[in-house]
Amino acid sequence: MSGEFSPSQTLNSFSGSAEPSRLRILVAEDNKPDRMILCALLQKLGHEVFEVFDGTAAVDQFHEVDPDIVLLDAMMPELDGLSAARQIKSMAGERLVPVIFLTALTDPKELARCLEAGGDDFLIKPFNRVILDAKLNALDRMRRLHQALAEQVDQVRQKNEQMLAEQKTARRVFDNIAHTGSLDSPNIRYHASPMSVFNGDVLFAATRPGGGSLVFLGDFTGHGLPAAIGAMPVAEIFYGMVGQGFGAAAILREINAKLRRILPVGMFCCGAMLETDSRQGLVRAWNGGLPDAWLLRGSGERVAIPSRNLPLGVQNAENFSTSMVVFQVTPGDHVLLMTDGFPESANEQGELLGESGVRQVLAGLSSPSDAFDALMHRVREFTGQPEAADDLTLCCVAIPELEQARPSARKPPDAEPIGPADWQCVYEIRERTLSEFNPLPLLLHICMEVPGLRSRSGEVYTLLSELYNNALEHGVLALSSDWKSSPRGFALYYEERQRRLSDTDGHFIRFSLSHESRDPGGRLRVICEDSGAGFDFAEHSARASKTRSIPGSSYAGRGLELLRRMATHFHVHGEGNRVEIVYDWQPGREDDD
Amino acid sequence: MIDQPHLDEAALAELRDVMEDDFGVLVDTFLADSRARLRHLHQVLEQEDSDQLAKTAHSFKGSCINMGATHLSELCAQLERAGKAADLSAAARLLDGVEAEFAEVASCFEQL
Repeated sequence: MSGEFSPSQTLNSFSGSAEPSRLRILVAEDNKPDRMILCALLQKLGHEVFEVFDGTAAVDQFHEVDPDIVLLDAMMPELDGLSAARQIKSMAGERLVPVIFLTALTDPKELARCLEAGGDDFLIKPFNRVILDAKLNALDRMRRLHQALAEQVDQVRQKNEQMLAEQKTARRVFDNIAHTGSLDSPNIRYHASPMSVFNGDVLFAATRPGGGSLVFLGDFTGHGLPAAIGAMPVAEIFYGMVGQGFGAAAILREINAKLRRILPVGMFCCGAMLETDSRQGLVRAWNGGLPDAWLLRGSGERVAIPSRNLPLGVQNAENFSTSMVVFQVTPGDHVLLMTDGFPESANEQGELLGESGVRQVLAGLSSPSDAFDALMHRVREFTGQPEAADDLTLCCVAIPELEQARPSARKPPDAEPIGPADWQCVYEIRERTLSEFNPLPLLLHICMEVPGLRSRSGEVYTLLSELYNNALEHGVLALSSDWKSSPRGFALYYEERQRRLSDTDGHFIRFSLSHESRDPGGRLRVICEDSGAGFDFAEHSARASKTRSIPGSSYAGRGLELLRRMATHFHVHGEGNRVEIVYDWQPGREDDD
Repeated sequence: MIDQPHLDEAALAELRDVMEDDFGVLVDTFLADSRARLRHLHQVLEQEDSDQLAKTAHSFKGSCINMGATHLSELCAQLERAGKAADLSAAARLLDGVEAEFAEVASCFEQL
């Protein structure tokens, strides 16, 4: 930031008008005795005088003399005073150069004509020193006020241009961090102003390494730069952590901790996070301070997802809750997220659309896929504005068909010639850590250090997460996936999962990973053991294959099917609590196969 | 009319104050300028150019006011109106009056 801007200073210089300023005055008077008297008067008053004989000379000399004030005889040969005044005013442009007409006129109509021609005042003969001085001072104040205002307008315009340029630069920096991610996926529709980040709204979406997606909508308190600054770390955390395989809860926890550290008291971020996993047929949602989000089912059922949490950046890590609402979904279901700019849209009478207005629109839908257009249409109709306001962000996520949700490698394989290719490690988590810690990002990170394996990150993540989820849910927690086949059981399953996670004493999950390089690619061997009682894989798989057509209904079976398909070897040892897979891979894009 | 002074004493005092050493120059300029105007007035009257007559009378009126020659300025104003009205016979009569009053004013100035 440079340049001082202090309007009060420039304006204050007026109040002290006691000190007479020396003005450059151009006098045009064809009458010689009058001119002599006037010039003598002006010099006595301390001004610098330039005299000419007629209007044409006054116009000719104007630029050279560059006067502060011009005195013109109203009636002069050649160019009369009135025409000269018009030309002088136009030459002065935006600058105010006051013109005083000198006249022996007494006819009010003729005096009025002088002012209409652009004269700022007139001086009637005989010239009087006191009146002349008073008029010059008054016009000089006016002139300086005009000048100061013009400078301020200029400064304001410059400041504004500078601000817009800065915003554009900031926007570019922001875009580099908060790229659109997967917002352009066919199953996501959204409205966000191009400069919405300066209204505090942020919207991020990303595909998880193992498939499924994460969407985050945030609304920072405040406007302008302060609101935008907070958006940067949130974007970094979101995209960084999604890429490393972290889930919604861990990302929310990190965002909350970060914002609490960096934002001043009173500033926070209302937000909602959506985690979709169409392979499992699940949506997990978290709402902290945003208006109700909505699950719109293809069946016509509407489920509100109200805020049950404080906004991000308010609570310390111990009190911050990342408990998510879990829904079973099928393709064609939609989830809506919105910032409060939406219900707070006002019409011309100042009435708000309100959450009831949102409900009305949703109640009138014939299909959830119309929700986005219907809401946008409603807000435009309600506000009477063709363009929706800047501080309004709306996002609609359609639950895609299973095929669409396959992990995709957006990034070309990174060139990573150096890294550990032949290694082994054992990683075991025990006791309470089982309920508090998700080891997948760490394990994925270790595997991704292998040169070339990053191009297969989605498959590796899927392998690890299937093994881990089986070990945790069916091994350690001894949950039966049969429950999930009915909506009531589904809810029960997740309640029970939560309950049993609080008691993991004596339990463990142990990953033994090893990798050896081959040319091309390599072989990754993973053994996952758990302390559970075991699990009848053979029976489960048989049952799963019968019910596979119903998405989400037999998740565990589906998971094992996936493992079988992706792994070169798949072996269940003992009671079913020791699973071994061998994964042979070749570098390339994931969607090659 | 006869009772009215040819020159306004207060205005003269003010002029002296403003002009200081140049007061004499101003008086000489006024007298020379006025004689030129009178010649011009006769000329345009002969040419029956009432527009120029009005303009010259107007300008003459202005300097008379400034010089404190109040009565002369009033006569100039009447002449200006006659010019505007294109009443040349009245103008001829008024120009004689202006001529006579100017002679008085000039002699007052020369006595200063």
